[in-house]
Amino acid sequence: MSTPTEVNVLNKARRRPLFADTQPAPWVRGVSWAVLVITALAITSYVTELPQLTSSGTMQSAIRLALPIMLAGLGGLWAERAGVVNIGLEGMMILGTWGAAWAGYQWGPWAGVIAGAAFGALGGLLHALATVTFGVNHIVSGVAINLLGAGVTKYLSTLIFEPVSRNPRESPTVPKFDTYSSQPFGRWLGELEETQRFGISDVAGVLRGMITGLSPLTMLSILLVPLSFYLLWRTAFGLRLRSCGENPRAADSLGVQVNRYKYIAVIISGALAGLGGAALVVNPGQTGYLEGQTGGRGFIGLAAMIFGNWRPGGMLTGSLLFGYTDALQLRQGPSTVHALLYAALLVLVVLAIYEALRLRWMFAALCMGGAAVFLLLYALTDELPEQLTPYTPHLVTLVVLALSSQRLRPPAASGQNYRSDA
Amino acid sequence: MNPRFRSAVLPPAIAVVFSVMLCSIVLAISGANVPRTLGVMVAQVGKDTTAVDIVNSAAVYYLAAVAVAIGFQMNLFNIGVEGQYRVAGIVAAVVGGGIALPPVLHPLLIIVAAMFTGAAWALIPALLKAYRGVHEVISTIMMNAIALGVTAYLLRVDVFGEQRGNNVSTHTIPDSGTVGGFGFGSGGTVFGLLLLSVVVGVGYWMLLNRTRFGFELIASGQSPTAAAAGGINAKRMIVSTMLISGAIAGLISLPEILGRDHQFSLTFTAGYGFTGIAVALLGRNHPGGIAFGALLWAFLDRSGLALDNIGVPREIVTIMQGAIVLSVVVAYEAVRRMDLAAEKAEVGEVVAQ
Repeated sequence: MSTPTEVNVLNKARRRPLFADTQPAPWVRGVSWAVLVITALAITSYVTELPQLTSSGTMQSAIRLALPIMLAGLGGLWAERAGVVNIGLEGMMILGTWGAAWAGYQWGPWAGVIAGAAFGALGGLLHALATVTFGVNHIVSGVAINLLGAGVTKYLSTLIFEPVSRNPRESPTVPKFDTYSSQPFGRWLGELEETQRFGISDVAGVLRGMITGLSPLTMLSILLVPLSFYLLWRTAFGLRLRSCGENPRAADSLGVQVNRYKYIAVIISGALAGLGGAALVVNPGQTGYLEGQTGGRGFIGLAAMIFGNWRPGGMLTGSLLFGYTDALQLRQGPSTVHALLYAALLVLVVLAIYEALRLRWMFAALCMGGAAVFLLLYALTDELPEQLTPYTPHLVTLVVLALSSQRLRPPAASGQNYRSDA
Repeated sequence: MNPRFRSAVLPPAIAVVFSVMLCSIVLAISGANVPRTLGVMVAQVGKDTTAVDIVNSAAVYYLAAVAVAIGFQMNLFNIGVEGQYRVAGIVAAVVGGGIALPPVLHPLLIIVAAMFTGAAWALIPALLKAYRGVHEVISTIMMNAIALGVTAYLLRVDVFGEQRGNNVSTHTIPDSGTVGGFGFGSGGTVFGLLLLSVVVGVGYWMLLNRTRFGFELIASGQSPTAAAAGGINAKRMIVSTMLISGAIAGLISLPEILGRDHQFSLTFTAGYGFTGIAVALLGRNHPGGIAFGALLWAFLDRSGLALDNIGVPREIVTIMQGAIVLSVVVAYEAVRRMDLAAEKAEVGEVVAQ
């Protein structure tokens, strides 16, 4: 009998796939995915005559909606890299929205940003206290913090906001950041977008959406992604922090103060989630704090992090995906989300062909099957019920996780408690 | 004191005292009269239908908490109870309102439909967890959101809904499908399906202590590696535990639908799933402990209404509940460590002799 590895070697020798069975470099994969997705969307928007799919307006709101998800995801990344699962991101984000509104309506948006991060960090501190010092199960503590975050903000809003706003569920109007656009490049892209030519207008729309209406907080937050990557993967501090998430005992034996690093990571994680909450409040779009306004974005951020394989770049892609679907459902959701089925179908067909060329028949067949299901759904319906379309990002999260989860590698000791004396 | 009893009772007691103290400080800072506030919270129990309301709410919370606790036993976090009970509730109400059957059969069919739907809604995250490695916390939260959309869709007037004033609801379940209650005159009526909670509680105890499945469940929770070595199929355990949890979650809305509302409407109470998580943590997944936790939680919820009357924001109750949950888990852990240290010392002494 031959062992599995021998079988693999034999198979490889017998069949010669067109592409080598190795993963392409990350940037190659990233660029090909971007090209594939934009092409699919361009074709779809041409076929279905829905320019919203690639309009600059959609992209602009996609980035606005992706921002809180991205910040929450980054928060999750910091905590998990140090070995602490942070399900409490949602609660920390809620604390952030309240803090941002409270400081923002009195002292302006920058104060709101700082207070949002500070309130989130307080939530993080509580999570660190419970999980690191008291060894409570990380998920239990996170769930409790979500309950507590919602409760505390409700109480504080009744106490502090209601006398001013006359509504216990809402803050007074918070002053917003000014937004900046890169002109005249943006104007030129705008002209291109208006010509409605296949392909060119779509790319112009996407690019224009990315450089129009950016607030200082948006730019700052986007910079936090490469900054986190640099800190976590290119500095000694980052190496020590990640070692606590991979093998705390080994880290401890080398003199890393595991608990201190975990505290730092979880507090930063909370601050980032709070910043995500602040982004909801002080970026243009909403008037201020609103009860329930986070709407599960903390959890979606966590999903974006998992989708991104606990890496900043992948996490960013994940949050853009969720932000995009969220933005789309806001623009004639029933028909645009319906059109999205068509785009998904195109992507799946391309994937199936690619996998078939690599002789991965099983995966190719799965992709074709998925494409067939989407085709059926697309052909049998004219538009989706408007009651369901608001939940497109959630459904996409599920589908994407189902497709991507298997090849992931979380930090080895994530979610485990570590006690140096035990 | 019996050490086992101590480690079970001491932590919740510490947690409640700690939370009351914390909330007293919060109340004092926000300028309320602390003794009067706490007095009103306790005194409300004797008024009008409050005592019965507490029992009714506790019956519902109990079902929610058992649904969560079954998963907790094997470290499976079914955050999706929230979505499962809402989808099950509307399907049960649609089934109950759509057919006519003799009295006993009718509610039985509704119960089966609710359990089946709850389990079906839980099956998706179960399969994703077992076969795709998707963490159940994420998938169940997404399923909760999707459940909101599905219920809104099913309640559309052109699907199963019916417009009533400002509200949309399912068709009314005929009398043959409803379950009466135990009347206490002006004191209110206790839901007949309180018995359902009792049955579920007894069943849960039996499952844990008297069945092979219960043993495998606890073993999988305490040591997944030992369980796997002992021949327990982890994937099968995940799927069956989620299915049971979902089936019980399906029951949550029934005491209210069959005993009071006779329909499922857009305004049906949300949040029982999250209450269930808190109560399960409070009761430490123990059938008896959960009953105590459910009563405490229902008492706190009700006291919020009484606080409104004296001008204290009722959200102080939410803070108290959050503080209780967080401090109870910390207290359980602290007491566990104390016990462990005491045991070590004891063993040390025996060895030294």
